[in-house]
Amino acid sequence: MKNSITSKRRDVLKTMAGFAASLLVPKVVRGEKASAKPFDWADDSIHYDPHDHKWGMGVDIDKCIGCGRCANACKIENDVPKEPFFFRTWVERYEVHENGETTIDCPNGAVDGFEKKSGDDDVLRSFFVPKLCNHCENPPCVQVCPVGATYQSADGVVLVDADYCLGCRYCIQACPYGARFLHPVTRTAEKCTFCYHRIVRGEEPACVEACPTEARIFGELDQKASPLHRFKRMNHIGVLKPALNTEPKVFYANLDMEVK
Amino acid sequence: MEEIVQHLTPLLDQVTGYIYPNEIELHWGLLVVIYPYLTGLVAGAFILASLVKVFNVKELQPTYRLSLLTALAFIVIAPLPLLAHLGHPEKSFEIFLTPNVNSAMAMFGFVYAWYLMAVLLLELWFDFRQDLVTMANESKGFKRLFYRTISLFSKDLSEKAIAFDHKAVRVITIIGIPSAFLLHGYVGFLFGSIKANPWWSSVLIPIVFLFSAIVSGVALVILLYMVITPLRNKVVDMLCLDKLASYLFYIMIVDFSLEILDFIHRVYESEESISILASLVQNKLFSSLVIMQVLMGMILPLFTIAAVKTFKVPADLRKLLYFISAILVQVGIFSTRWNVVIGGQLFSKSFMGLTTYKMTFFGLEGLLVSIGLLIMPFIILWILIKILDPWRSEDAALSTPTTGQ
Repeated sequence: MKNSITSKRRDVLKTMAGFAASLLVPKVVRGEKASAKPFDWADDSIHYDPHDHKWGMGVDIDKCIGCGRCANACKIENDVPKEPFFFRTWVERYEVHENGETTIDCPNGAVDGFEKKSGDDDVLRSFFVPKLCNHCENPPCVQVCPVGATYQSADGVVLVDADYCLGCRYCIQACPYGARFLHPVTRTAEKCTFCYHRIVRGEEPACVEACPTEARIFGELDQKASPLHRFKRMNHIGVLKPALNTEPKVFYANLDMEVK
Repeated sequence: MEEIVQHLTPLLDQVTGYIYPNEIELHWGLLVVIYPYLTGLVAGAFILASLVKVFNVKELQPTYRLSLLTALAFIVIAPLPLLAHLGHPEKSFEIFLTPNVNSAMAMFGFVYAWYLMAVLLLELWFDFRQDLVTMANESKGFKRLFYRTISLFSKDLSEKAIAFDHKAVRVITIIGIPSAFLLHGYVGFLFGSIKANPWWSSVLIPIVFLFSAIVSGVALVILLYMVITPLRNKVVDMLCLDKLASYLFYIMIVDFSLEILDFIHRVYESEESISILASLVQNKLFSSLVIMQVLMGMILPLFTIAAVKTFKVPADLRKLLYFISAILVQVGIFSTRWNVVIGGQLFSKSFMGLTTYKMTFFGLEGLLVSIGLLIMPFIILWILIKILDPWRSEDAALSTPTTGQ
């Protein structure tokens, strides 16, 4: 079994913390038990070393048709509450009008796709933009988490340890992309994990697999043979809010200046 | 789950423009407004107290102990709103055991503990030690044991020991001033360091927080002094009150100037976020910011105190005007906290839309709990005054004619 050093240290600290606390603090339990861990290290059938990978995602805006299959697949795959307030991924529709105004909509995160708009003759250009956690190389959410419950794995994926999370929501405030929410049942922070439980088994994230137009490309950032590498070579690439220096690892092809 | 869905669903209709779909739930509500309000009062009251010890402002002596006890009463309650707003308060001890040293919030526990243990309790103990020993000597039975215990069984009333108490108080106060600055400046930094949020992200925020903290602390002590003194059948010392009002006035001017600087800077730089922030102020925060914070909480009391200083106003009217001003200042500072915390979450980080905050009445994060948390410090203060009798030596000096020094 391959255990990363950080995860071992984390476990030791957690055990120590738990032991010390059990001496001092009467156990008060509120809320329900956290959801299943994204990845069970004890599962011997999985041979995955996060140090061997560097994950990222490419999104080709010109290919997105706004069907919302990705957002829907994500909700099912990750047990995200169905209510329209909690999303790990969603799709926005942009309409840039001739008067220069831009309107954006995203009904129910586009889980059910979009209804056709009628009578908008003045639309200059229109497109769909899938959004998700950018798994920033320089993540503000990780910086602010008071207990280190949100952390960056060696493979670059930003994860939340629900057992550790206090539910203080500082990470939600710190995320510039609105990619996080508080799970209403576990009362802990939630976000896209690139479907970590799938990628450790060599599978693709659910949103990537569900996309009918291959608008989403998932893969290795540091390997030349990876489709993501090719995607970055063949397209003009942009990231969201580059001025904030978060260094996103979700790369957009054909990103319009109006995208927020 | 159903509860939160019921709470959030009507908010969908109140969104104007576009907000990210996860932004409908407003994460830091009334409790997080109360938290910086309470810590601000702590820092402000302490800094007022330190004026007496470090800068020898003799006129403020009657409020010295009251200020310290006020700081203690409020700091005991200050972390409760934070604790109550956590999704998992039972895990909060992890902040102490495995803190993320890069996190501003993780440092809260340590700054708080330092301030409470190393500054406030220590200063109070040295300041009250002589009284505690005397009270223990004068009482019997359980009461005696109680005072003995909180005096940590010290009995020394020699001149040397008392001189050491005074020296200790002075040293602790000198350490305490930067600590109080740290306590509230750090609370400002919690918000000011969030680059994702242009309403918060400002290097001035910790300083504005600090000065507004001093303003609120001084105003609170004015109110408490004016209420408690008649209740003790004593006369309000006008010299002290005038001095308090003067300090309040000057610190308010600094605070207001900083706020104006922040405003002008934002408008002049006119960054990407300026139109959504303008829309925020004009639509969502007009009454709480323009009317309550600026007009009622700042300009009106400033003019009132300026008028009192300029014209010869009889003492009774002066008292009334100070009292009203101090209340207005409290309303203003509470609005300031509201406008920072809630205001910073009413616009989308897409800068394309505004959302709404719906306060609940019941529940851990509701209005009822918040009112309770605002009342509790006053109950604690009342108990502290009952136990420690802070005006003991002062009253004794008044009742027995002294030969003078």
